[in-house]
Amino acid sequence: MTDVITPTTTGDGAHGPSVVGVARHEHEEHGPTGLLKWVTSTDHKVIGMSYMITSLVLFYFAGIMALVLRIQLATPSSSLVSFAQYNELFTMHGSLMLYLFAGPFAFGGLANYIVPLQVGAPDMAFPRLNALSYWLYLSGSITMMMGFLVAGGAAEFGWVAYAPLSNATNSPGVGPDIWIMALVLTGFSAIFTGVNLVATIFYLRAPGMTMFRMPIFTWNMLVTAILILIAFPVLTGALVMLFCDRHFGTHIFSVQGGGSPNLWQNLFWFFGHPEVYILALPYFGIATEIFPVFSRKPVFGYKGMVFATLSIAALSTGVWAHHMFTTGVVLLPFFSLLSLLIAVPTGIKFFNWIGTLWRGQLQFSAAMLFSIGFLFAFLMGGVTGVMLASPPIDFFTHDTYFVVAHFHQVLFGTAVFAGFAGLYYWYPKFFGRMLRENLGKWHFWLMFIGFWVTFMPQYIVGLLGMPRRVAIYPSYLGWQSYNIISTVGAFIIAASFAVLLWNLWISWRQPVPCGDNPWDAHTLEWFTTSPPPHHNYSHLPPIRSERPTWDYHHPDSPAIAHGEGRPPRGDKVLVSS
Amino acid sequence: MDARRDGTLSRPASPATGAPDPAPPHAPRKRPIRGRSLIPLAVLAPVVLAGCQLPSFGAYRGATSQGQDAFKLWQGFFIAGLVVGGFVFLLIVWSVFRYRKSKKSEGLPRQTQYRPVIEVLYSVIPILIVMSLFVFTVITENEVDAVPSTKVTIDVTAFQWGWQFYYPATGKVVIGQTLEQPQMVLPVNEPVTIHLESADVYHGFYVPAFDFSRYAAPGYVNTFNFNVLHTGTYRGQCTQLCGLYHSLMLFSVRAVSPGVFETWVHHTSGHHPTIGQLKNQIHANGPGA
Repeated sequence: MTDVITPTTTGDGAHGPSVVGVARHEHEEHGPTGLLKWVTSTDHKVIGMSYMITSLVLFYFAGIMALVLRIQLATPSSSLVSFAQYNELFTMHGSLMLYLFAGPFAFGGLANYIVPLQVGAPDMAFPRLNALSYWLYLSGSITMMMGFLVAGGAAEFGWVAYAPLSNATNSPGVGPDIWIMALVLTGFSAIFTGVNLVATIFYLRAPGMTMFRMPIFTWNMLVTAILILIAFPVLTGALVMLFCDRHFGTHIFSVQGGGSPNLWQNLFWFFGHPEVYILALPYFGIATEIFPVFSRKPVFGYKGMVFATLSIAALSTGVWAHHMFTTGVVLLPFFSLLSLLIAVPTGIKFFNWIGTLWRGQLQFSAAMLFSIGFLFAFLMGGVTGVMLASPPIDFFTHDTYFVVAHFHQVLFGTAVFAGFAGLYYWYPKFFGRMLRENLGKWHFWLMFIGFWVTFMPQYIVGLLGMPRRVAIYPSYLGWQSYNIISTVGAFIIAASFAVLLWNLWISWRQPVPCGDNPWDAHTLEWFTTSPPPHHNYSHLPPIRSERPTWDYHHPDSPAIAHGEGRPPRGDKVLVSS
Repeated sequence: MDARRDGTLSRPASPATGAPDPAPPHAPRKRPIRGRSLIPLAVLAPVVLAGCQLPSFGAYRGATSQGQDAFKLWQGFFIAGLVVGGFVFLLIVWSVFRYRKSKKSEGLPRQTQYRPVIEVLYSVIPILIVMSLFVFTVITENEVDAVPSTKVTIDVTAFQWGWQFYYPATGKVVIGQTLEQPQMVLPVNEPVTIHLESADVYHGFYVPAFDFSRYAAPGYVNTFNFNVLHTGTYRGQCTQLCGLYHSLMLFSVRAVSPGVFETWVHHTSGHHPTIGQLKNQIHANGPGA
């Protein structure tokens, strides 16, 4: 254990106060225990785990709703659910998946747990604010689910709540109000987490952890947090306006009072499109952690990737109206150009990932399989996304199943493929035990097959003219066969998540212990114990590149000289065999 | 180039197979290509050389001149997507199968992190691709969105959950909702102006065979042109979620010869319900009544 930085050592290039300290275990010993300990905890690991468990429960709820929707659509005029119930179900499916699963699982759960570890901090910058975030999120989630219990049912206007459909006349009842309240609560939760992540990453990095030595996951979380601070206040403000329109007689979104319904769409999508990247960037980060570890190489083009992430974030604030091409009141060329341009940094990321795999030694763990599945899924979603960025093509695909297929391939590709890659990858860090790898591979292959079977037919039936959000459709148009295939696919996906449940159960009941670093991973979180002690680190390795743990365990390996450059050509020592 | 394929109500639609159907005898063989569209199309040589013989890639071939422009853009984008997406797909497949860790591999692979030349290439080439896609997009969208003044004008009003088609020249009104879906009639081979708005919430005016949709919005009017190329009946549907009976908000468009249209539009039926009456009726009795 030579060359270990002690708490008194100051590293090179660290900003802010040095906070590396000896883990203080006495906290745990004198604190409350059991349920009270969980409720009062401000430990980022406890909060992160609570986020992940809550969001996974909601993910299963939303998945069951999707199955009901798919059964309904398997026959042209099914009466499994009524029109109103159908509208409630897809509204809640979308709201749960987008607002309460995909975002919170990554930036509430994984980021909370992993980012302080990756930058070598003992906790988040504002631990109590962090706890507030979680409790706001949990109460918001419960509020959202309560919509099903009130008279009149849950909200029925889709996850986008377009005015004037969402006003008091067209959507009367408590359900829509509950939906608005839930989003205000979880919106503040997201904003506080964003503040916390930015402060943690800027001020609590360990000595030596310069910005350009941060893991890509942490970089992406920083950019996500900034996007949250840009986008979520707009949504929260718009929701307050909507609530005022519904209850206090304002006319912000109503034509009769001199307001503009189109304003809602502008405000919503000014939140909504950065939101897409708030959902996607964390998962890009997860995949970028996994590819290098299981290729046994560093991230290819690290700095280019950071700048690609930053430009995606910058462009994402200028493309919101590509959701509004068919409104007839947006400047088509501007939004089309910016939307098309986003393909460029996204493409750069693809080449970074492929470059990382290139000439590596690939090991196909479950985490790696899920990450590769993410590449294929996101490639398809990305290519169709470029098509949709062109207004004349968007005109005849907008609001059809083509769009449904597109954004499910993007969001399922990122949040589910890369998200569960992250679960398989970091589970040993969370508990010091392995998830069963063979069950993980069953989970992957079932999900991978189910994914394509579900969503590819939706592209075709969308081009044939099937609109989204319809509960029944004419039987003579030949749409049913595609819908049946899609429903079968949805059940294959459901089966894969039954495998995951079994895996979580059996891995918990019959634990297979693993060391602190079962993957021979690169980043700092794998240096501490699994699970990490209360304040994370008793000591840190020297941080001289973006993979300090790897450098520590491979002292004579080709240290990629401090994260810069590449070894000179012909350096045979570095070539395997 | 049978544009009525799949769009007709008279016979069941076949799923788009991608193979071009034989042209019916009465259909014009080829639409004259406008001069403006020649230059960009010439750049996209493979697309143009094959012309209409290219597969439809699942989309309708466009029953209007505007729709045909959009359809050609779709073909171009699809081919570009196939080429670029296919290239990336093959790179991923290659690295996954070629570089799997074998028992023979010893030591570590070369720890390459930067290759500046490659990095510049994969940044610049996508910009060029995207810029060319943008050029085609703007040209097409100007054609699709052009609204020259026309002889025939139709005012379309969408409401929960039906459509009203009003012909201001003669005062003719067609109105219907849900199970009694209304039919818009317009002359073939003649540009027609549509003024579209909504009486309540947002609706989506979508005719799949025309490769076109536009929101019917409350508070402002959207204007666009259709130039239907073949007689026939085309199905239409609301695409934007508009409440309880969104799924039932159907309509159809029938393109007839100008003579038939003149007779039809001058034959005004006396009595028709108003939008308000129909809305009261559906709120009281549901769509079945």
